[in-house]
Amino acid sequence: MGNYRNNPDAIRALVRDTEVHKDLFVDQELFELEMEHLYSRTWVYVGHDSQVPNPGDFITTTVGDEPVIMVRHSDRSVRVLINRCPHKGTMVAGDACGNTGKFFRCPYHAWTFKTDGSPLSIPLKKGYENTGLEQCEASRGMAIVANVRNHRGFVFCRLSDQGEDFETFFGDALSTLDNMVDRAPQGRLEVAGGVFRYMHRCNWKMLVDNQTDTCHPMVAHESSAGTAVRVWEQAPEGTPKPMAVELYAPFISPYEFFEGMGIRVWENGHGHTGVSDSIHASYSSIPGYWDAMVAAYGEDRTKAILGDVRHNTVYFPNIMVKGPIQTLRIFKPLAADRTLVESWTFRLVGAPDLLLERTLMYNRLINAPTSVVGHDDLEMYERAQDGLRTRARSWVNVGRLYDPAEHGQKNIVTNGTNEWQMRNQYRAWARYMTQGMEDAA
Amino acid sequence: MTSLTSPVSEQDLIAFVYTETRLLDELKFEQWLALYTDDAYYWMPLAHDQEDPRLHASLMYEDKLLLQVRVERLAGQRTFSQQPKSRCHHLLQHPTIERDHPDHQPDQGRYVVRAAFHYVETRQDSQQLYAGWSTLHLVEHEGALRIRLKRVDLVNCDAAFGNIQLFM
Repeated sequence: MGNYRNNPDAIRALVRDTEVHKDLFVDQELFELEMEHLYSRTWVYVGHDSQVPNPGDFITTTVGDEPVIMVRHSDRSVRVLINRCPHKGTMVAGDACGNTGKFFRCPYHAWTFKTDGSPLSIPLKKGYENTGLEQCEASRGMAIVANVRNHRGFVFCRLSDQGEDFETFFGDALSTLDNMVDRAPQGRLEVAGGVFRYMHRCNWKMLVDNQTDTCHPMVAHESSAGTAVRVWEQAPEGTPKPMAVELYAPFISPYEFFEGMGIRVWENGHGHTGVSDSIHASYSSIPGYWDAMVAAYGEDRTKAILGDVRHNTVYFPNIMVKGPIQTLRIFKPLAADRTLVESWTFRLVGAPDLLLERTLMYNRLINAPTSVVGHDDLEMYERAQDGLRTRARSWVNVGRLYDPAEHGQKNIVTNGTNEWQMRNQYRAWARYMTQGMEDAA
Repeated sequence: MTSLTSPVSEQDLIAFVYTETRLLDELKFEQWLALYTDDAYYWMPLAHDQEDPRLHASLMYEDKLLLQVRVERLAGQRTFSQQPKSRCHHLLQHPTIERDHPDHQPDQGRYVVRAAFHYVETRQDSQQLYAGWSTLHLVEHEGALRIRLKRVDLVNCDAAFGNIQLFM
């Protein structure tokens, strides 16, 4: 017997004005309810359409814990199917990516399905005559996700038929994705360079929480970024500053820097750090890039696009995007205490290769299982996952710079060390967790 | 390192690989790093048969400065992911001289040696096993062998890993 199923009041009580209950991070029943409610009523990132350029191209991934296929259908639209044969349950697509041709063929009994999931053929179909197959789920083909939106290449879906529409859910938050796409002289992105897959023994929300936590870098990353700066300072005078040092060094900027850069809090759990400045603001220019941008957009527009140096944008529930560095991280929930972090990188189509090289270097230095910055962070998450098991304390504090007047405000820019964006996430969490329960009641 | 006779014998090359690995297993990272040339890279590809370390992601592609950062970090007082510390052990297959490799040019003092390994990294109660092979590109430098490139290919290079904190 759990404490939370069909008990929206108990769930809401876990999120106070400035505190959240430890059960959000350790309770497996809440995790299962997140999969059923939160991940079905929100718009969750599936993949990028450059991963499936041609009809029949597909990738396999998960939305919450639902195994899905994202596929380019014959009409060139991107579809999302549940990766389960309606016959015996076998996952129809096995590879991480590939081309299935005009149809999917289940490898177990050769039932086939068009790339929109509709049934195509069943071997020895005669054997199903007068068996009532047409009344069974199995006759209806692969389950599809009806609510799919492709925003400038970024494909999101909402598993449930209930919930807010795409524009209402994201509101102004789409501006970060727009800015990242606009940074390409040709106005489009391509997934490039491979993906880091980093296993975390912690709850997925610790990662989301961390994205707008601007009071940890100078502490937790002193060992990595701080050491990088110290080693670099021993280099002979006049040595050109390596790209790696340029990427590492801003992590140990002082509190004042992070306070000044600001945080913008949108609705529904979305928000971003780095409003007027950020750790990505002072990188060296890449030869040829500015000219390519000016040729495409003109000087004023180029200045506006590149002048937007947002740091981490959280798209609730589980991705983070860095426009100026062209990365997207997905925090894939596996269990209450287990999360797979995927870090993807993009090529700005029409930009010099050196930009992709920098993106890949950043990802390698910061987001890889072999990254020292990653080691710093994962150590803290795992210690928190273990520490939260105690019965001596029940609450996690997110009260920094709390103001009772913040409730109900939206699209606000505030002090960069305000934990308002974290509170925004947890308030959205409580809302999307309980909406469905109340609809069902 | 004992002084070498040129050209370097097969036995010297193989002994060098064992020495390099042993320094890692003894956690003598400063001494280990001294085996690398100033322009060396340590490369751990992310993809099978990966050829490009720049426009494709790698688990590691580090020059000496970044390796130095790692070594100093491992010893740092505020390196919390090393409290407690990790330890490691390599089990090497007998190294082979890669005579057909284009970079293996004994006349020019350049050698390529390959050693397959099982590598264990431990921390607290966790013990992780990795399998793969290392390819060392060696050069003669001031009468000693030095590493210009160490490439570490994991059999499951594209798998999801937790922290890998030491050197394979």
